[in-house]
Amino acid sequence: MRFFEFEAKQLLARRGVPLPESRIARTAEEAADAQRELGGDVVLKSQVLSGGRMKAGGVRFAGSADEARGAAEAILALPINGQHPQGVLVERKGEIAQEYYAAVTWDGRAKRPVIVFSDMGGIDIEEVAEAHPDHLSRTHLSTLRPLSDYQAKLAVARTGVTGGDLNRLARIVLQLARAFREHDLTLAEINPIGKLADGSILALDAHMEMEAEARGAHRALLAELGIPEHDTRQARPPTPFEVAGAEVDAQDTRGVAGNVTEFSGSLGLVIGAGGGSLTLFDAVRSAGGDPANYCEVGGNPSVRKTAALTRLIVSKPGVEKIAVMMNVVSNTRVDIMARGVIKGVIEAGFDPADKIAIFRIPGSWEEEGFAILRRYGVEYVDRSVSMHEAARRAVAKLAGLDGG
Amino acid sequence: MPDGLFIRVDIAESVQGDPELVQRLIEVCPVDIFDRAEGGVATVAENLDECTLCDLCIQAAGDDRVRVVKLYAE
Repeated sequence: MRFFEFEAKQLLARRGVPLPESRIARTAEEAADAQRELGGDVVLKSQVLSGGRMKAGGVRFAGSADEARGAAEAILALPINGQHPQGVLVERKGEIAQEYYAAVTWDGRAKRPVIVFSDMGGIDIEEVAEAHPDHLSRTHLSTLRPLSDYQAKLAVARTGVTGGDLNRLARIVLQLARAFREHDLTLAEINPIGKLADGSILALDAHMEMEAEARGAHRALLAELGIPEHDTRQARPPTPFEVAGAEVDAQDTRGVAGNVTEFSGSLGLVIGAGGGSLTLFDAVRSAGGDPANYCEVGGNPSVRKTAALTRLIVSKPGVEKIAVMMNVVSNTRVDIMARGVIKGVIEAGFDPADKIAIFRIPGSWEEEGFAILRRYGVEYVDRSVSMHEAARRAVAKLAGLDGG
Repeated sequence: MPDGLFIRVDIAESVQGDPELVQRLIEVCPVDIFDRAEGGVATVAENLDECTLCDLCIQAAGDDRVRVVKLYAE
């Protein structure tokens, strides 16, 4: 879940990271008051959970209360990437001499957190990595050992920063890494960190995202930030189909059969296992298919739960067939999945042989599962057919072609 | 088309008069297929298809007094 900038900055402020003086305004009048309190030039920033605010016109400047009011009115009326602003952050504007970039995130390949630091902040960090790799450092952190000042200092020093700036920036980077670890964040980013003309260094923008599954562990923190439990921070509110999927998953603790995302296609997907959901969804798209949904199944869900998820998907308007495909399963049982899927299709009033385009779940108890599928006339394949080939066959079958 | 039921569990009459075994069946089943009924034990219809084929009930009862029938194999 993503934090608004003003919330991310509250997390930084608690750790002593220097920030520009600011006020959060919910109305244009409050923005005018904020400018009066702060005095002088201010920057007004739209509070949306989206990037590209500057380009979209969501960041404006003002030198008076009237200008601040006008800027806030414009910002509050401007949706960015479909999101309506939740307020305007009014900050004192300073003269920036140099901009830096700092982030802590997960390096999927290294399977460890990494500090990314650059002395070229304020621009797209991917651009810096490509065009100016010598201006960017990557410093991996241990998931077991405690964080040290040295690691933060190393991250900054690797870009050539020295002296007092090195010490001040390293303190900020260390606090950023601590926030990342202690709040179960998936991204903690400050871009830019600004060195002002007077030599002071401030975090000018902040972007933080918390692992959604960690929300329960940080209930108190989220409450302190004023984030209610029902505030999912998704790009759009869940559809009734997605809400129903979450209810299915919550009905018992065995396994996962949920995390449903709705799409408009005609091929329903019951997919999952070991990263299989994303791979299979992409495989269906690559084969020219039009998925009706994304979902995640794994961890050996009960027959009842699998049946409920299948019933939901197969009953979705526009769904002509479903494809039941997973990576090779170990703890999830093929026979239990077969029972659940067939039961769900029958309970929805359809014939499994007609409605299930393909069943490709190889692995644990597969012979037992295949016996069930044979009994119901469902086309199935084993692991000798790849996930991509299974997806292609499902798409072909839906198009009325011979998938095999 | 078959009816979407996969498992049936048959309990011999002799089990009903054995309160210790009834208790054991209720305890060993990981998916709550057995429950107390008047005078003994009965299967819980909505849990039958959750059967994991672990055979714990068969081992607990012994002497073929509990049979787990795979309806899809008949």
